[in-house]
Amino acid sequence: MQGRECTALTQPADEMSKSERPNLLFRNLNAKVASIPMILTAMVVFVGGTVWTVLYSFTNSKLLPRLNFVGLDQYYRLWATPRWLISIENLLIYGAISLVFSLVIGFLLAALLDQKIRFEDTLRTIFLYPFALSFIVTGLVWQWLLNPDFGIQHVVRDLGWTSFSFDPLYNSSIVIYGISIAALWQGTGLIMCLMLAGLRGIDEDIWKAARVDGIPMWKTYLFIVIPMMRPVFITTLVIIAAGIVKVYDLVVAQTSGGPGIASEVPAKYVYDYMFFAQNLGQGFAASTMMLLSVVIVIVPWAYLEFGRRK
Amino acid sequence: MSMADITAQASTAAGARQGITDPYGPKPRRVISRRNVFLYGTLFVMAVYYLLPLYVMVVTSLKGMPEIRLGNIFSPPLEITFEPWVKAWSTACTGLNCDGLSRGFWNSVRITVPSVLLSIAIASVNGYALANWRFKGADTFFIILIVGAFIPYQVMIYPIVIILREIGLYGSLSGLVIVHSIFGMPILTLLFRNYFSSMPEELFRAARVDGAGFWGIFLRIMLPMSLPIFVVAIILQVTGIWNDFLFGVVYTRPDTYPMTVQLNNIVNSVQGVKEYNVNMAATILTGLVPLIVYFISGKLFVRGIAAGAVKG
Repeated sequence: MQGRECTALTQPADEMSKSERPNLLFRNLNAKVASIPMILTAMVVFVGGTVWTVLYSFTNSKLLPRLNFVGLDQYYRLWATPRWLISIENLLIYGAISLVFSLVIGFLLAALLDQKIRFEDTLRTIFLYPFALSFIVTGLVWQWLLNPDFGIQHVVRDLGWTSFSFDPLYNSSIVIYGISIAALWQGTGLIMCLMLAGLRGIDEDIWKAARVDGIPMWKTYLFIVIPMMRPVFITTLVIIAAGIVKVYDLVVAQTSGGPGIASEVPAKYVYDYMFFAQNLGQGFAASTMMLLSVVIVIVPWAYLEFGRRK
Repeated sequence: MSMADITAQASTAAGARQGITDPYGPKPRRVISRRNVFLYGTLFVMAVYYLLPLYVMVVTSLKGMPEIRLGNIFSPPLEITFEPWVKAWSTACTGLNCDGLSRGFWNSVRITVPSVLLSIAIASVNGYALANWRFKGADTFFIILIVGAFIPYQVMIYPIVIILREIGLYGSLSGLVIVHSIFGMPILTLLFRNYFSSMPEELFRAARVDGAGFWGIFLRIMLPMSLPIFVVAIILQVTGIWNDFLFGVVYTRPDTYPMTVQLNNIVNSVQGVKEYNVNMAATILTGLVPLIVYFISGKLFVRGIAAGAVKG
């Protein structure tokens, strides 16, 4: 909030250019030249690329992009493809699990670490280190741990419980849950960190006041602290949501979409149709649907965040 | 049940009992209370859960295959062997290449170093221009850039393939460096803009009065004063770019694949006998660079993701 006096900062530059009366275009020229990469990225890649993909999603491009419009055909075909429907279903399950569990576990860990405990730094380091690892590494480790012949199932059976069954990556009805376990292991540290920063931002006096009033701790958290952390929760929610739609590498590493097509996700559908199936139109239509889902999440958030301020 | 009550009761009880057994003094009250048992117990169990995969990775990579087939993944190796590590590094096969992960490692180095330098150079100048030299329309581009960070990469992948093909960089490492610089730009620009606008404006004004220009102020005043944020940006970018898979697989060819892509190809290849110890050694090797960055940087890493995430 303190850095909002940017307008004041531009004043000396303005005054100076007024006295020299240069051409409007060349005012602040160095800054404009320096911003060319940013302008190109924003306009050509982000805006241009998005418009291009959406436009070509209405064509019947196969191996090469061609402007041969076929209306909504690609979308009809997309929503009639079982693999896409499974991808969407998986994304919804994966999303719901990620959202709920990473928020709950992340907040609980943060609350536990916030109790003025010993070894806080060590514990935080432990909870956060998976976040430094890539999804590929995460996926491969969990693929090994969940391997039914050698991993957790095998160990428990060796202990005497011979009917024990835990093979989420090889069982198509629960494979997406197996992937979620790995995702949670990798990502909850980040959520914990954000929540901890939020908790540390709460005024100590609030805790004192609550204690004086004899409000139990869990009630203080639930009815005072969490409502006060609303902005942190909202940004965390947006970060988690943006990560959910992008899920790709984890699935590739853990199951490659298998068994069969049971763990396919939209991002993988897009990649496979663009670069393997050579059906660009389908890839563009699927990626446009991904864009749409992000818009549905982001627009209400941006409206709440920025609409109110102005 | 209030937590304060529990601790108060427990502290009187425990305090009386522990007068003799507890030697160290700064906190004479409530060392073993019900609250602490619950607190540290939960944290301990969680810590074990988070550490277990790393432990299993290391242990598996040090065993021979016969021991893995017979034994338990959690048991420590009976005979420690470094052969899987050597094999993963220098002879593991991906397709026709049998020169191990070393190829991917050096590719990743050749991708990460220039990408980190280029993306930070571009973004720091962007942030500086946005904070101190705003021109008409600058904020519009900035907002587009930030909104663009939320667009799924899949939407922009193919247009970038076309652009890179047009300028003749598709499939080359330079092409991938450009891609990383593009997608690192939103978050880094935000990071630098926020940092530069929190610097005292008198500094900037004084330099202006003394006749310093755009680049002069940036190189002589802003750069030396903002080393911490550069370190944060470097940490963010090194881990992010090293861990990337999607761009690597789309914009490079098999002989220029980064380490993550090569690792996935080694472990998930369908031909040949599965050598789990080699796979795990390869997995650790790939995770090693970001892990080292993480453990060395410590609090700065946390600051980086907090700065990147909370303000975004």
